[in-house]
Amino acid sequence: MAESLRGEKKEKILILIPAFNEAKQIAGVVHQVKREIPEAQVLVVNDGSVDQTEKKALEAGAKVLSHPFNMGYGVTLQTGYKYAIKNEFDYVLQMDGDGQHDPSYLLALLREVRNGQVDVAIGSRFLGEGEYQVPLLRRAGMRLFGFIASRLSGQKITDPTSGYQALSQRAIQFFIRDIFPGDYPDADVLIMLHRAGFKFREVPVSMHPNLEGRSMHSGFRPFYYTYKMLLSIMLNLIRKG
Amino acid sequence: MFFHQKVFAILASILIMGLVVELVRRRKLREEYSWLWLLTGVVIILLVVWYDLLVFITHLIGAIAPTTTLFIFGLIFLMLISLHYSIQITKLSQQVKEMAQQLTLLKDQVENRVDS
Repeated sequence: MAESLRGEKKEKILILIPAFNEAKQIAGVVHQVKREIPEAQVLVVNDGSVDQTEKKALEAGAKVLSHPFNMGYGVTLQTGYKYAIKNEFDYVLQMDGDGQHDPSYLLALLREVRNGQVDVAIGSRFLGEGEYQVPLLRRAGMRLFGFIASRLSGQKITDPTSGYQALSQRAIQFFIRDIFPGDYPDADVLIMLHRAGFKFREVPVSMHPNLEGRSMHSGFRPFYYTYKMLLSIMLNLIRKG
Repeated sequence: MFFHQKVFAILASILIMGLVVELVRRRKLREEYSWLWLLTGVVIILLVVWYDLLVFITHLIGAIAPTTTLFIFGLIFLMLISLHYSIQITKLSQQVKEMAQQLTLLKDQVENRVDS
């Protein structure tokens, strides 16, 4: 933590944007978040993109870390967390690089962790802000895992898949361990957080549908996803500590 | 068990064991992985030579033909080997992830030092 001569703490905020082949969107996202919180450092973690993502992000003025090859969304986030710990950041604000997350909610998320009541603030698109349409089957899956996670963590979770979050240093410290999932962190991570004694809260945000029409949940993925989530949640309950 | 069945089983076992030893000799296979394969060969030879033991195990597991016993244990063994590989792959993936992340962070550190 950097401290000025007068003894007051200067907070270090990292805006973490995981990106895989987002050359079209990334510059716009970087510009927007810089405008939103000028004092924060913007870090794009490029997960082995084969397009111009790295170049575009650098041109837009972000700091860029590039994986040597593609390793998945969770690993990309974790690389950012490790960077944050190494460089002693107090807060991490994370948002996707595809322009789905509206940067005007960054401050609202930050406020939640800054006042110290929670370690993780999660932007939920289902709490009344904006209108976000989700296909029926996917909505059902989200409801199911939201329900399970709500039951197991004792608080209402409406959007367990949201990658739009603010994290305290304490939470980041927890996430750089091996337990953090490499593919898609989800309801299982929330349950894990709860069981490890962390507090989190959802904050209403609006999200735009993915402009490219790309989704991580297509084809056979939903079946694998359902299986993986159920297994992961169950194992979380069996494991001790 | 017919005589030529026995001969075939023993020859096959010896062939596999020879191959394993040769692979270790040429350093294509690490010693720590070889013992499982050698053990299999020894067990097959043992069961063929000591036929009563095979018959005993066959009765024990409720199989009818002694050859079934060999097949069942062969299958179980292969499954265990695959499981062993899955564990190794999981471990290796974790290590590769860890290394790639460290590489990413160190690369940044080195480049910044050169720039400044």
